[in-house]
Amino acid sequence: MADQFDLECRNVVKTFDDFTAVNDISLAIPKGSFFSILGPSGCGKTTLLRMLAGFQAPTSGDILIKGASVLGVPPNRRPVNMVFQHLALFPMMNVAENVAYGLKRRGVDKATITQKVNETLARVGLPDAGPKQISQLSGGQKQRIAIARCLVLDPAVLLLDEPLGALDLKLREHMKVELKQLQHEIGTTFVYITHDQSEALVMSDQVAVMNAGRFEQVGAPQDLYYNPKTAFVAGFVGESNRWHGTVEGGDDHKIEINLASGGKVIAKRDGQTNLVTGQGVDVFVRPEAIAIDGTEGADNSLSAKVDNVLFNGAASSLQVRELVTGHEMTVALPQTGAFASVKAGDEIRLSWSVEQTRCFASTEGGAGA
Amino acid sequence: MSKTASITGGSAFRFGLLLLAMPLLLWLFLLVILPHMDLFLVSMRERISYGKYEFSLINYIEFFAEPLYWNTYVRTAVMSILATVLTLVIGFPVSYYIAKVMRGKGKNALFLMCLIPFWVSELVRTFGWMILLRESGVISNFLQWAGIADGPVEMLYNDAAIMVGLVYTSMLFMVVPLVSVLDSLDDSLIEAGYDLGGNAFTVTRDIVIPHAMPGIASGCIVVFMLTLGNYLTPNLLGGKDSLWFTEQIYTQFITRFNWESGSAFGFLLLILSSAIVWIGLKLSKQTLSETVG
Repeated sequence: MADQFDLECRNVVKTFDDFTAVNDISLAIPKGSFFSILGPSGCGKTTLLRMLAGFQAPTSGDILIKGASVLGVPPNRRPVNMVFQHLALFPMMNVAENVAYGLKRRGVDKATITQKVNETLARVGLPDAGPKQISQLSGGQKQRIAIARCLVLDPAVLLLDEPLGALDLKLREHMKVELKQLQHEIGTTFVYITHDQSEALVMSDQVAVMNAGRFEQVGAPQDLYYNPKTAFVAGFVGESNRWHGTVEGGDDHKIEINLASGGKVIAKRDGQTNLVTGQGVDVFVRPEAIAIDGTEGADNSLSAKVDNVLFNGAASSLQVRELVTGHEMTVALPQTGAFASVKAGDEIRLSWSVEQTRCFASTEGGAGA
Repeated sequence: MSKTASITGGSAFRFGLLLLAMPLLLWLFLLVILPHMDLFLVSMRERISYGKYEFSLINYIEFFAEPLYWNTYVRTAVMSILATVLTLVIGFPVSYYIAKVMRGKGKNALFLMCLIPFWVSELVRTFGWMILLRESGVISNFLQWAGIADGPVEMLYNDAAIMVGLVYTSMLFMVVPLVSVLDSLDDSLIEAGYDLGGNAFTVTRDIVIPHAMPGIASGCIVVFMLTLGNYLTPNLLGGKDSLWFTEQIYTQFITRFNWESGSAFGFLLLILSSAIVWIGLKLSKQTLSETVG
């Protein structure tokens, strides 16, 4: 059963003195999938990745690669390779030597090395880059060479430590698609860590959202976006309007909430039986879930005044302020251009359904946005 | 109009530059070029009688004709190269430990510990070694007390003692450039080396040493020059048998009062050090400018 997974962590804990960087993490990554670990900086994701690579040993728990425990196996004997944050290409070698480095360490004969290096360079789309110096490559090319250097070794798992962080925005968007494509073609299991939710959502089959050393939620990108299980996930993944309030009542399907800023909303219960009357909760509504000039009789509705129109093509939005309480909100503009005439100072009526309103007990500490 | 202005401006600028560079130029001319020119002229003459000199190559011929001279010459070169290599072999792990293994306060403390011996003069440091190594010294007494040696052990006045003194004296000049060059090596390069299957040996050989090469070269040049031109340490720790070439020069100038021969020897030492540094740079594929800069 365990061989189904390329990589497994069982109750992995890592503490530094009295600081717990990674707190009881268990995960199982199926063969050939693109798995991302998404979290804010300092959440322990790099520590987790370094434990997978073998640069740090877990305080307790077990790490298995292809069903075999790798505890005590040094990094140079693990069947995983890592693409470093700043790529760590060897400047003292040319591109071909960089790619050949791992094969040489394995004692592969020269003819095979040359052949494999050429194959791998072709696979990442840089067949003629071999004799070039590292300093002659562009950012995107360096990226591909860093990946080629690992792929040539046929690792069971490829670990990527925010490798797109150093690229400029445009190249980053491009590399996102390219990386996903590449992973799809070669079928190697990728474990990708990032603090950029867009990278994680676009590329991954599965995303684990990590916060303060723990996994908040593991699931498909759609799952995380539409069905967040914790306040942190709801706030961290995607844009959200957020309120603080207390539970007033409700039934098995709905929760009525009195907002701290005044007013009342009805949220989906979503099986959260622990939310009882009087409890403090955080309420989240996605900007695109809110209808402008919504029909009468919607579950939740309020009037607001437009502060700003943020036109950005398909991703345009309005910054609005609720009339009664002054609470600031963001509302997505429909892509049809139906409300193109809305301008700052206009009063609009907003509405959204119970299904689109989520609330979570707010005792779990502050979540970043 | 504007042309004249620019010309006067240019010459003023040039004059200012000249003025700024004057201390350096004076230093170079008066203390380096002029003495060497005189040294060269003196080395190319022969004293016929009191106050009478003639052009001659006799001083250089004498050097090659007398085995003691060129034996000392070759021995000094070989010992200096050996001392440089030993300093590198000992200094490299020390520098690596300071630059890459230690963190924070410990790092500065270790670096300072390398520096502290150099706050006292070379003479005092060498006497320190004499106190340790001599027949009635600390180590000899300890060996007798521990029952390992029956009588007093003389550890001074041999090549090993010279070597110890030279390596100790030069260590800082190797450690400083090595620490700075190793400090600039990104840790993730070393980790990537391990991650891709390298072990301590191959990572050091393929990644750390190529990166550190400019530091190694500059450290070696400084240590080699200092060692080759050292007079005090070989003389005190090696005694009469030390046969260091600088002692020959001293003897020619001071004891024999033969300035002509001494000058020739001085020039030969300059040629030797330049040649060996040049060969070293060629072998390590470094250039002087990138090593110094």
